[in-house]
Amino acid sequence: MNEPAFSLRHESQDGLHVLRLEGRLGLQEGVVLWQQLRDAVAALPASGEQRQCTIELAGVQRMEGAAAALLVGLQDDCRRKGIRVAFAGASEDVSSLLALYGAGTEIARAQPRPGFVTRVGLATLALVSSLRSVPEFAGSLVISFGRAIRSPRSIQWSDVPGLMERAGADGLFIVGLVNFLVGLILGLQGALQLERFGAESFLPSLVGISVVRELGPLMTAILVAGRTGAAYAAELGTMKVSEEVDALRTLGLDPNRFLVLPRVITLFFMVPLLTVLGDVLGIFGGMAIGMSYYDMSFQAYLLGTQEGIALKDVHTGVGKSFFFGALIAIVACQRGLTTRGGAAGVGRSTTSAVVSVLFALVAFDFFFTWVFSMVGW
Amino acid sequence: MEPILRVRDLVVGWDGKPILRGIDFDVARGSVFAILGGSGCGKSTVLRHLIGLAEPMSGSIEIAGVGKPSLGLEPPAFGVMFQGGALFGSMTLEENVALPLQKWTRLPKEAISAVARARLRLVDLAGYESFLPSAISGGMKKRAGIARALALDPQLLFLDEPSAGLDPITSRELDDLILTLSRTLGVTVVLVSHELASIFRVADQCIMLDREAGTIIAHGKPAELRDHATHPTVRAFFHREAAHHPNPTP
Repeated sequence: MNEPAFSLRHESQDGLHVLRLEGRLGLQEGVVLWQQLRDAVAALPASGEQRQCTIELAGVQRMEGAAAALLVGLQDDCRRKGIRVAFAGASEDVSSLLALYGAGTEIARAQPRPGFVTRVGLATLALVSSLRSVPEFAGSLVISFGRAIRSPRSIQWSDVPGLMERAGADGLFIVGLVNFLVGLILGLQGALQLERFGAESFLPSLVGISVVRELGPLMTAILVAGRTGAAYAAELGTMKVSEEVDALRTLGLDPNRFLVLPRVITLFFMVPLLTVLGDVLGIFGGMAIGMSYYDMSFQAYLLGTQEGIALKDVHTGVGKSFFFGALIAIVACQRGLTTRGGAAGVGRSTTSAVVSVLFALVAFDFFFTWVFSMVGW
Repeated sequence: MEPILRVRDLVVGWDGKPILRGIDFDVARGSVFAILGGSGCGKSTVLRHLIGLAEPMSGSIEIAGVGKPSLGLEPPAFGVMFQGGALFGSMTLEENVALPLQKWTRLPKEAISAVARARLRLVDLAGYESFLPSAISGGMKKRAGIARALALDPQLLFLDEPSAGLDPITSRELDDLILTLSRTLGVTVVLVSHELASIFRVADQCIMLDREAGTIIAHGKPAELRDHATHPTVRAFFHREAAHHPNPTP
């Protein structure tokens, strides 16, 4: 077994307390050194109004920076508790090292972490500010849009085809696949329930209405939020932290018109188009169940869907997807443009964008469903 | 002669807390003016206020006799080069330089391309027109940033830390470019820096900001401040001496 690299002895003479350290002190010994010193200091008897002791270092053969930092940290910690700790007998090297780490001086403390109540208060204020910032941003966007109508060249139209390709064409497969799977799930679950009442023939209506009115628009919007909304927040966030957004402003270019409006226009048109595709594939998903489990023919299923879905169902579903598209772009761009703090800030903005958009989508979908049910659509 | 930039009693800060007060200075036309100070003293904050990216708490900024312009409503009266160049990553260097010309002029496409290429030649980036910013070095990004800032022939150019992070040779080349812009094109340059070699070489006048004093602590020619300044922080800065900074207040 290895010999301990150092020893610590507590000596007391004429009311003076001496902690005698000997041996080699380094990072390896740090844990034991720290614990032993703290225990020794804590066990000091009160001496008058103030407790005090001397750490005798004459027997220290070698001291590394980490050990010096620990000793100085202990000295500072003790000072705050009203215990005076002095170093004595140190060699020139050890003295220099202790001085380098600020022995004998008062070391500034990091700002204390706010208490629980303060943190709750700060988090609430941040949440309120965050909730308020999106409508404010939407308002500034309306002003920018008004200016853009007077000067259409100020919108970066050349970016729009590329943005549409990335948001729309590149997302066709995943949007189609997920909606098809949703149709399958809905078909299977619906069929199991309908079978109990001998109402399998209503499967096309059930799947069709669910997909066209709710699940198609919502699932498509969720996918676009995850794919494209996150990308917008990260892209604009990176531009913000690398001062590209500031550069735009100093060139006299409005970031809203240059960066945000092309993205809002893109998603305003692409989300409904993707929704239509999602609706069709969702219905095909239900059809796959109907045809394989209940021997429904293609024509019969299609006819059932046609009878089940009214044009107003398509209007409400596709209509709200226009709103969803704009909502995703606005929230994602707002989060991106308010990014602060480098790469970590971009990560936070992207997460915040996706979470906020998902929450807003579900909340607004509920709102739309409630309004449509009130007006009998 | 009327100064091109006049700053009076400017108070700047963050989150409603002033960090610098009583900022007063004039910048003469055609000169190179440096805003100096140690790291974290507020140099870049002052610059952000001068270029209109932040609203002063009080005081006034006049550029060419006109109050601070509203960004985006009229062609900018000045150009800005940001510390890292701040080039648009999805655009080539030529497209970056052409962007303000497309926005603010009615020049045909070919003419805009010709002007953008000429600007890039001016900053010694001929042959790099079709490069994306990710494919060029830090020094080249700064020069491309200057080319973009010069696109609309501004009388006033703001440069944020032009020498930061550059090797001595590239830094010297950038100093030469700044001098060329000032002496040959008559562009007034306001730069934020703490690179002494660069300051002595290019700056006609300078002010020095100090975080603890919370204001300007020196104003004059760099060489005069180096040789005659009595303020300990100014002397420490110009003679590269270590200055003791007190611990931050908890």
